[in-house]
Amino acid sequence: MQWFSAWFGGFAAFLYPSFGGHHRPASMDLRATPSGTRILIMALLELKNLHVALEDGTEIVKGVDLAVNTNETHAVMGPNGSGKSTLAYALMGHPAYEITEGELLLDGEDLTQMEADERAQRGLFLAFQYPHAVPGVTVTSFMRSAINSVRKAKAGGDDPIPIPEFRKELMAAMEQLKVPREMASRYLNEGFSGGEKKRVEILQMAMLKPRIAVLDETDSGLDIDALKIVAGGVKDLVGPNMGAIVITHYQRILNYIDPDFVHVFVGGRIVEEGGPELAHKLEAEGYEAFTPEVVK
Amino acid sequence: MAATPETEIVAGIGNDYKYGFHDEENYVFKSERGLSAEVVAAISERKNEPDWMRKFRLKSLEYFMARPLPEWGGDLSQIDFDNIYYYIKPTEEQANTWEDLPADIKNTWDRLGIPEAERKFLAGVGAQYESEVVYHKLQEKLESQGVIFKDMDSGLRDHEELVKQYFGTIIPQNDNKFAALNSAVWSGGSFIYVPPGVSIEMPLQAYFRINAENMGQFERTLIIVDEGAYVHYVEGCTAPIYTTDSLHSAVVEIIVKEGGRCRYTTIQNWSTNVYNLVTKRAVAYKDATMEWVDGNLGSKLTMKYPAIWLLGERAHGEVLSIAFANKGQHQDAGGKAVHVAPKTTSTITSKSISKNGGRASYRGLLEVAKGAEGAKSKVVCDALILDEDSRTDTYPYISIDENKVDIGHEATVSKIGEEQLFYLMSRGLSEAEAAAMIVSGFVEPITKELPLEYAVEMNRLIQLQMEGSVG
Repeated sequence: MQWFSAWFGGFAAFLYPSFGGHHRPASMDLRATPSGTRILIMALLELKNLHVALEDGTEIVKGVDLAVNTNETHAVMGPNGSGKSTLAYALMGHPAYEITEGELLLDGEDLTQMEADERAQRGLFLAFQYPHAVPGVTVTSFMRSAINSVRKAKAGGDDPIPIPEFRKELMAAMEQLKVPREMASRYLNEGFSGGEKKRVEILQMAMLKPRIAVLDETDSGLDIDALKIVAGGVKDLVGPNMGAIVITHYQRILNYIDPDFVHVFVGGRIVEEGGPELAHKLEAEGYEAFTPEVVK
Repeated sequence: MAATPETEIVAGIGNDYKYGFHDEENYVFKSERGLSAEVVAAISERKNEPDWMRKFRLKSLEYFMARPLPEWGGDLSQIDFDNIYYYIKPTEEQANTWEDLPADIKNTWDRLGIPEAERKFLAGVGAQYESEVVYHKLQEKLESQGVIFKDMDSGLRDHEELVKQYFGTIIPQNDNKFAALNSAVWSGGSFIYVPPGVSIEMPLQAYFRINAENMGQFERTLIIVDEGAYVHYVEGCTAPIYTTDSLHSAVVEIIVKEGGRCRYTTIQNWSTNVYNLVTKRAVAYKDATMEWVDGNLGSKLTMKYPAIWLLGERAHGEVLSIAFANKGQHQDAGGKAVHVAPKTTSTITSKSISKNGGRASYRGLLEVAKGAEGAKSKVVCDALILDEDSRTDTYPYISIDENKVDIGHEATVSKIGEEQLFYLMSRGLSEAEAAAMIVSGFVEPITKELPLEYAVEMNRLIQLQMEGSVG
C-alpha cells in the first residue's frame, strides 16, 4: 500500500488544480485512475471533523476537514485568535490540547491516541512559532539524537546514523539554509534571534525528512531576506516525499512558497477554500469578509 | 569551620599515649568489627609505620570518640560504627563472587559497556586490571620528571619527611568527626608531589593505580603542587562501585604553591547503601589556582563540601559540583571558599537534580577575612526537581569581614517544563529521552569540564537514571 499511496499522492496533486478546489470532500475522494476504473483513495494526512478543546473544556477548533498529500502545499490562513496554533499543536499531540471529536489519520493510521514522539516517528513535523531553548544541548547533538530516535523507531532497534553521513547531511543543509557553521555547536535556540530560530526549525525539518510538515507562523518575525531563505527551504522540501501545511496570518510568505491550496480559517473552522488566488483576495479584502459566515 | 587551632592539635599529639601495644608478639591482627585503640594500633603496626604516625592515629581516635555526630546535613543516626570493619575485611566478605552482586549493578555495567576485567575490579572480585602496563609506562615518564605518584602507604614509607611536613596540616585531625575517623584508620589513597615548573599533560588517574587500596573506605590523599607546576588528578569513576562496606570517609589535602595549578576531579557512584562522608580541602598560595570538579551520583548519603583557602594574593579557586539524588538518596554537597589574601577570586557552581523522592542540598560557605581587599566571588546554584516527591534545599553561609569586595550569589530552582518536553518529543524523542536530554544539558557546564570518557559515561549514566532502570 505504501508504494501506491506515495505514487497516487503525487498523481492526485497533479489533478487537484483542475478541480478548482472549492468545497471538495476533504478526506476520501473518488478519482479516476489512469486505467479508468474508480477506486477509493486516502490522502496521506486526513483531518475529519476535527474538534480540539483546551483542558478546561473550551472548544477552540470546531470541526475541521483537511486532506494533505505529498507534493502539496496547503496554506491555512487566519486572523489572530482563530485557533490556528491550537490546530497545529493538536496535530502534533500537545498534551494541553485534546482532540474531543473527529479523526486524525496519517496514512490511514489513527494518531489521536499517540504521543508527540510517536507521531514524529511516523513522519509528522511541526515547525514551532516559538521554539524552546534547550540549554546545554548543542544543535548538532540534538539533531543527531532526534534522527536516531526516529531511526530507532523505524528499525525497531538501535540504528544510529553513521557520524560521517550525519555530518555531511548537516553541513549541506546548513549551507542551503545559510545557517552559519558555528550555529551547529551553539545550544539549541539559546540566545538565538527570531530569524535564527526559524532557520534552525527548517534545518531540523530538512534533516528529519518528515512526510507531512506543519509550519506554525514560520514567517512571523522574519525580515524579507530571512523569509526568502526559509520559504525557499520549505519549497525545496515539498515534493514527492513531503507535503506541507503552512499556517500564517499574512499572505507575504505565500509569495515565496506558492501554495497549491488556500484554506481560510476563522473561528476554529475552515470557512473558505480555493487556490492561490484566494490568498490575494484575502490580502485585498481582509478577514472581515469571511467573518460574518461564522457568525451566521 | 569549627577547626581546632593547629597548635592545640600538635601539642596534643603523643601526650597521653597510654595503650601499650608495643609487643608485636602479643598482638595478632584479627579483623574485628568495631573501633578501638587496639584496632588502630594494629593498623599502624601492620603497616610498619613510623611512631609519629601511630601516635597521630591514636590521638585522632580520641578526637573521633570525643566528638558528637554532626546534627546538620544528612541523617547519620543509622551508622553503626561498631559493626564496621576498619581495616582488613574478613575473608568471606572480601571474596565477593560475581553471583552475589546485585542485579541492578551488573545491569548498569552491562549498559555502560564496562569490560569484563574492569567489572571484576569494580566488584572487588578481581585483583588485577590490564591497565598495569599503561600504568608502568606512565610511572617511568613521571619519575623522569621528578614526579611522585604513589599510594599513600608507599608515599609514607618512601618519602616520610615530605609526608610528615604536610600530612594533617590542611585538614587537622580534629577538624570534624569524620576527618578524625579517617586520620585514625586511613588506608590507601594517593600521594602526589609535582616539582616546581613541571606540568603533567595527561590527567593522573587513581584508576591506573589499582593494585593499591585506592578505593578503600578510608582513603587518604595528599597532593603537593610546587611552584608553577600543574596536575590534574582524577579519582573515582562513573560506573557504580559495589561495596559491602557501608561507610566511606576519605580525607583529601592539597597544597598549591605560588603560581601552581591543581585540578581535582571526582565522580563518585557508590552503591546506594554507602554513607559517603568526605573532607576535602586545598590551600592556594599567591597566583595559584585550585579547581575542584565534584560529581556525586551514588551513595545513600553524601556530605562533601570541597574547600579552598585562598592564602596568597590573586589566588583563584573554583568548585564545580553536580549532584544527582534518586530514590532513597540524599546528596548534601557544595563547596567552600575562604578568602584570606587580597585580590583573590573564587567561583562556586553547583547543579543538582532530584528525582523519585531523592533529596539534593546545596551547602556552601563563602568567607572573606578582614584584609582580603578586592576579593571577588560568585556562587551559582541551580536545582532541577523532576517530580513532586523530590526535594531540594540551599544552605549558603556567607561571612564577609571586608568592605572592598565583590560578591554575587544566585540560586534557581526549576522543573522540566511541559513545553520543553513537548518540543523535544515532537522531534521523535521519547519522554524519557527528552527528559534525559534536558538534564544532560542542565549539567553540561560541568560535564564539559570532565575528561571526555568521563563526560560520555556521565551522560549515559544520566540517561539510565532517567529511565529509572538504575536502582
